[in-house]
Amino acid sequence: MNATKISRRQFIKLAGTATGSLLLPSSAALAAAGWLNFPLHKPVGEAPSICCFCAVGCGLIVAADAEGKRVINVEGDPDHPINRGSLCSKGMTLSQLNTVDGKVNPRRLQKAKYRAPGSSSWEEKSLDWALDQIVQRIKTTRDKHFISQDGGGRTVNRLEAIASLGGAALDNEECSLIVKAMRSLGLVYIEHQARICHSSTVAALAESFGRGAMTNHWCDIQNSDCVIIVGSNAAETHPVSFKWVTKAMEQNGARLISIDPRFTRSSAKADIYARMRSGTDIAFFGGMIKWVLDDMAANPGRYNMTYVTEYTNMSFLVNPEFETATENDGKFSGFVPGADPNYGKYDKSTWTFQKDEKGIILKDKSLQDPNCVFQLLKRQYARYDPDTVCAITGTDVETFLKVCETYARLTGPVGKAGTIMYAMGATQHTHGTQNIRAYAILQLLLGNIGVAGGGINALRGESNVQGSTDHALLYHILPGYLSPPVATQTTLQEHLDAKVASFATADPKSASWWLNYPKYYVSLLRSWYGDNATEANEFGYQWLPKLDPAANYSHIALFEAMAAGVIKGLICWGQNPAVGGPNSFAERQALQKLDWLVTVDLWETETCAFWQEPGVDPADIQTEVFLLPAAASYEKEGSIVNSGRWSQWRWKAVDPVGDAKPDLEIINELMLKVSELYEAEGGAAPEPITRLRWKGWYDASPLPRGAESLVDLVSREINGWAESQINNADGTVQYEEGKLLGSFAHLRADGATSSANWLYTQSYNEKDGNRQKWRDNVDYHPAGIGTYAKWSWCWPLNRRIIYNRAAVDLDGNPWDPEDFVIKWDPTLSDGKGGWAGDVPDGGWPPMNMEGTRYPFIMKPEGHGHIFGPGLVDGPFPEHYEPLESPTIHPLSGTQHNPAIKVWRPDEIGTPDEYPIVATTYRVTEHWQAGQMTRNLPWLVELMPQMFVEMSEELAAEIGVKNAELVTVESRRGSIQAVAIVTKRFKPMQVNGRLVHQIGMPWHWGFQGLSVGDSANKLSPHVGDANTMIPEYKAFLVRVKKGGL
Amino acid sequence: MAKAMLIDVSKCTGCRACQVACKAWNDLPGEVTTCLGYYDNPPDLSPNTWNRIAFYEIEREGGQVAWLFRSIRCMHCTDAPCVRVCPTGALYKDPLGFTAYDESKCNGCGYCTQFCPFHIPRLKDATVWGKGKVAKCTFCQDRVVNGLIPACAQACPTGAIEFGERDELVAEGRARVDTLKAKGYDEANLYGKNLLGGLGTMYVLTDPPDTFGLPEAPSGALAEVWQLQTLGGIGIAVGATALGLLINWLIARKQIKVEEM
Repeated sequence: MNATKISRRQFIKLAGTATGSLLLPSSAALAAAGWLNFPLHKPVGEAPSICCFCAVGCGLIVAADAEGKRVINVEGDPDHPINRGSLCSKGMTLSQLNTVDGKVNPRRLQKAKYRAPGSSSWEEKSLDWALDQIVQRIKTTRDKHFISQDGGGRTVNRLEAIASLGGAALDNEECSLIVKAMRSLGLVYIEHQARICHSSTVAALAESFGRGAMTNHWCDIQNSDCVIIVGSNAAETHPVSFKWVTKAMEQNGARLISIDPRFTRSSAKADIYARMRSGTDIAFFGGMIKWVLDDMAANPGRYNMTYVTEYTNMSFLVNPEFETATENDGKFSGFVPGADPNYGKYDKSTWTFQKDEKGIILKDKSLQDPNCVFQLLKRQYARYDPDTVCAITGTDVETFLKVCETYARLTGPVGKAGTIMYAMGATQHTHGTQNIRAYAILQLLLGNIGVAGGGINALRGESNVQGSTDHALLYHILPGYLSPPVATQTTLQEHLDAKVASFATADPKSASWWLNYPKYYVSLLRSWYGDNATEANEFGYQWLPKLDPAANYSHIALFEAMAAGVIKGLICWGQNPAVGGPNSFAERQALQKLDWLVTVDLWETETCAFWQEPGVDPADIQTEVFLLPAAASYEKEGSIVNSGRWSQWRWKAVDPVGDAKPDLEIINELMLKVSELYEAEGGAAPEPITRLRWKGWYDASPLPRGAESLVDLVSREINGWAESQINNADGTVQYEEGKLLGSFAHLRADGATSSANWLYTQSYNEKDGNRQKWRDNVDYHPAGIGTYAKWSWCWPLNRRIIYNRAAVDLDGNPWDPEDFVIKWDPTLSDGKGGWAGDVPDGGWPPMNMEGTRYPFIMKPEGHGHIFGPGLVDGPFPEHYEPLESPTIHPLSGTQHNPAIKVWRPDEIGTPDEYPIVATTYRVTEHWQAGQMTRNLPWLVELMPQMFVEMSEELAAEIGVKNAELVTVESRRGSIQAVAIVTKRFKPMQVNGRLVHQIGMPWHWGFQGLSVGDSANKLSPHVGDANTMIPEYKAFLVRVKKGGL
Repeated sequence: MAKAMLIDVSKCTGCRACQVACKAWNDLPGEVTTCLGYYDNPPDLSPNTWNRIAFYEIEREGGQVAWLFRSIRCMHCTDAPCVRVCPTGALYKDPLGFTAYDESKCNGCGYCTQFCPFHIPRLKDATVWGKGKVAKCTFCQDRVVNGLIPACAQACPTGAIEFGERDELVAEGRARVDTLKAKGYDEANLYGKNLLGGLGTMYVLTDPPDTFGLPEAPSGALAEVWQLQTLGGIGIAVGATALGLLINWLIARKQIKVEEM
């Protein structure tokens, strides 16, 4: 009998058959009395939503009470293809975001609040009052500090005195409007969580393959033959990912390898656990690359050599002047030292390929030419033998070799696939981008990119951090990874020409998709400025703020500018830098320099309450603070993008609490008021605001373009439509004016189309409607690899596994016929042939056919980059020690990444004073800076206090017993925490010396149900050479018995 | 016909979704806790915590550390000692196999808390005269009866908690044990197939039961003696007839006073 509904009659019958069994005293009598009839004590729920914590994107169903006010149940959506009804401990608490014990969670913000300069308390205000006041502050600051022209007399129209921070938890539509508003105000300090979590991923993956996102998706992990989890603790931080890891292990016989300084809940499930000192990934993976290269020479039959020679740039000939780090004491050719000779910049003129007279890159497919990438790679990693590697990483050699052999044997052969799952442990280093590059090189060597069960799976940590990145809440990009103009690009044409030149290719087999850049750029401007964007005014290009090309506006730079008094006002959208920022004590002090701060949040965070921190005298702080209550994820509707690029719609289940509103409405009302004020009063550069498609558009009644609601309008706008009628070449109508576009291939550079993000064109089209709302969970893929093509929509063009044209041989036959992603079927398209399976990454025919294109279509040369000249710190990853390291670099005289900027050199600790390596991490039960979990009683129960984990050996050395308080000190500050003394940390032999490592979660702060010290008081203000992602994951401390 | 749950510790990641799912479905409040030097929390079952994950940190031969996780909750014994000693029929065997509970019938005597070989049921409000109620996992009886699976099993991300036909789960548990043995877990075992008439909560264990705090041979013998002495012939045959209830209740009241002296 299945667990179907049982009638009372059936019950009695069943009970009757049970009476014969021993000692079931009274079930028959009870059943006869009708006492066994249990109605559900509450409904399960109907409103589908998506979890607001990590970026697995699990489906929820939410039940509200009869009035639609309180949430009475949240559980996993059994129809959802990723989580299939399951959730983690965080997801299971989601009802408490809204309701605790039948009432509004008492910690939720229900009213706007205001804190006057020097005041020690909040005042409750109406939202309208607060918005009016904020708009006044924005205008005053903007009018006073707006920079119309730079020192060179060039129009720059930028505003450095206001910054915008946060947005990874917001919906796409909200991010889209915030970016549009902030850029139109002239802001350049626009940053959010993505900078400090995965910016190095985007840089590394874009350099390696062309796009900066997770290559595969969650369900696809099931197709893997071997999974490496490194720099991640997926079982704890992305718990539902383990559904798919477990499936791979159970159904595919896959092996799991966990590489981590600490034995984690992921390690607990692994077949092989390798301990590795924080910050030594490049040594470890460089060693693996060397192992594979050596094995490849001995056993080429065990590898997919066609993939390596045809789809990667392994055969490309490099400038003979180029020198690897092996030949150059840890640096590549072209290093130009700065004022401090340890740091400087590279002149990259030798990091180039040799070309023939037509400009086509020279290749040696025998891989023998001493200047081909294969030979250079061998030279680069010649030093990375197992003993040297393990002296750096602290791994035991036997385990290291087992990892190399297992991964290479299981995933190297043709038709086999392995994946790497990683997160902050990899990204947050001064060489974070190169860490990811090392994984990418290994995966290309083993033919693991583009195939089912392969890929590089960057595990993103916020529910919409992929979407907020796509929509460009970052200073260095515009929506869809377009570039903001720099001051030297004085016209639109100059900007477009410079970009197009960087994508140029002479090879007819290169698609170099970015050559379409001008179409996307003009369509964005057309979307933002509407009918005010015309060819005559460069589609409004001059209204965009122009960056200072020499400046950096990223997270660390933003807080340094705040500390220096450059930034006067900050608008913070759900981010909590007072806990999550690096060197957070310094960032809290920087907040004190602000004239005004606006935070839009569900809670009173440490950031908005920085003036209430214990030990701080509010009277000394003149910052005005406005706190606006925001709606929670299921109190509004909109789309969010998970790590696997699926853009999923979440529906509204209940009303927001109190006066809380969706961020979409808040940003809309804010900008309407700003527009009114500039229209009424004028001020500095009003045009970028008054010419924006905003006032008269988002407040029109009825809404334009047939939109049902504001969120619907913005969702359509993101997709884009024809601004005027578009005809086909034969004169027939392709799109009538106002019709939603079906593909980004239809976008144009002449102003006839608009799209607020070209990457999302197709997501909401005339034929299918809003595809983000699609909920068909059938797997239509012919090989059953689980692409779920009709569940939501994913970018680009609903392609579930990107670079999938590398998953087939030169004739279009899949490397793995059983679990194929795509394959060429000559019978399709009336015998002309076509691709079956997933949406191909470029519809061109296979490599052996006429009219083909190379598989990595976003790269100008069409090949995966093993040699990656686009980064600032080297074409290959070279091991460098973290800025704070317990050892002298064993491989070279170049101790640290020489291309980094050290912001506060006097705040760097040394091993004589701070001998212990520290790292930070998340636990399953809390999330990020903690405001979303430390206010939920069920989660606080599970993990009530800040703790520090250390080995039994270290505890014995400092005389600490389990559960005692300890003080952890770095050069930046001191915190106290409860000691968890564990066998899961062990001291390591590093460079002939015993080194201890400890670890701490970074979730705590002084606000919330559960309060505690913030681990980030200890971490340094130093960033990765390419992206300025802070080095949170490796720094030096000392530990003392007893609390502060 | 009997339903059961099979908990495979080799698949459990210790994420504690099941622990919260239990609270969420059953409307149980969070407890105030402190960090005790390990991840477990709350440190024990309670009237407000019917399911908790225990973390076991061990070192295997060769010094390799292992971290084991087990969900601790009612075992739903076929021959359930708590049912034997329950004087009011508040605890009873549901025809679907689980040890069901009708709180309205519980008189708070606490016998079940004393006789459970796994120390599962807990008394909330131990007032002797009438206010006390016992609490434990109910197998999400309202969900199960209405065609849903228990909240913990639904929440589990990895399928470590499976709900289904007991016979099928026994077969699956055996197969999992074989797989684990082939992977090198020589002491892998299926726990609960025959214990106490067969447990409704069975475990696939990677290591011997005592590693997970499980008794090798849990016994209901004491409960049987208790039942025969206290309830005589009445309870077994007649069960929850009105007369039986009354007598049981009176005896129970008397006994609890004696016990507490």
